[in-house]
Amino acid sequence: MTLALGMKAPAFDLPGVDGENHSLDSYAGAEVLVLVQSCNHCPWVQAWEGRLSAVAADYADRGVRVAAISSNDAKSHPEDSFEEMQARSTAQGFTFDYLYDEPQSVARALGAERTPEVFVFDRDRRLVYHGAIDDNRDETAVGHHYLRDALDAVLSGQQPAISETPAVGCTVKWK
Amino acid sequence: MKIEFLFWRGCPSHPEAHELLAEVLAARGVQATVEEREVTTQEEAEQLRFPGSPTIRVDGRDVDPAGAESRPALTCRIYYLPDGRPSPVPTREQLKEALR
Repeated sequence: MTLALGMKAPAFDLPGVDGENHSLDSYAGAEVLVLVQSCNHCPWVQAWEGRLSAVAADYADRGVRVAAISSNDAKSHPEDSFEEMQARSTAQGFTFDYLYDEPQSVARALGAERTPEVFVFDRDRRLVYHGAIDDNRDETAVGHHYLRDALDAVLSGQQPAISETPAVGCTVKWK
Repeated sequence: MKIEFLFWRGCPSHPEAHELLAEVLAARGVQATVEEREVTTQEEAEQLRFPGSPTIRVDGRDVDPAGAESRPALTCRIYYLPDGRPSPVPTREQLKEALR
């Protein structure tokens, strides 16, 4: 079951492609924490990952931290192995942390179903936005920038006007 | 002309691809039956050499030959736009070319 709005972010401690472990506590200094259920192989993720990098870069100096998490079974989808995650992060120049949830525990705790699927947590680490990055996989046809709008609202002390949208993408590849 | 439309319901790409195919067929005035087949197991994916959803073949030839030989899997298939950006569905041009 997907984490409900207002619920606290689950604790985690996961290896990142940067060689460091990243825990919920390690993001304690962030004004806003964005967790994105993600992966390598999915064309829907690939269509949006450039925009996610742009969001991470654009909002970094406002205290927003972005961590993409892949929980996919690398046995059925070898393109999603940790080594392939490291390679893709380097090749694409990701500006966000990219973490490997091999036990799939974070995906289960979030109740994530799709990649990409966004969870935005405020300063108290309560869920304030859940769903899509924006409303169109084609970046030339985007009408609503859901993630950016949610971040702007939270950073100004407001609740996002739109707090839930359907995440469109591949399914999480469970073991 | 035989058109096969193979898809896996776990990937959300097939409705858009189906709509695109219908548009291209209509625009070109092609009268053809589209044989739809849902792929539901890895075994089926291997039997059908299904590299991901959706896969469209015209007279047995994949509309994107470059991607046709990828590992068979229940997954979303990646296509590429002319500018190199990834897409979950083939381009209109790929479909037009396949229907020539």
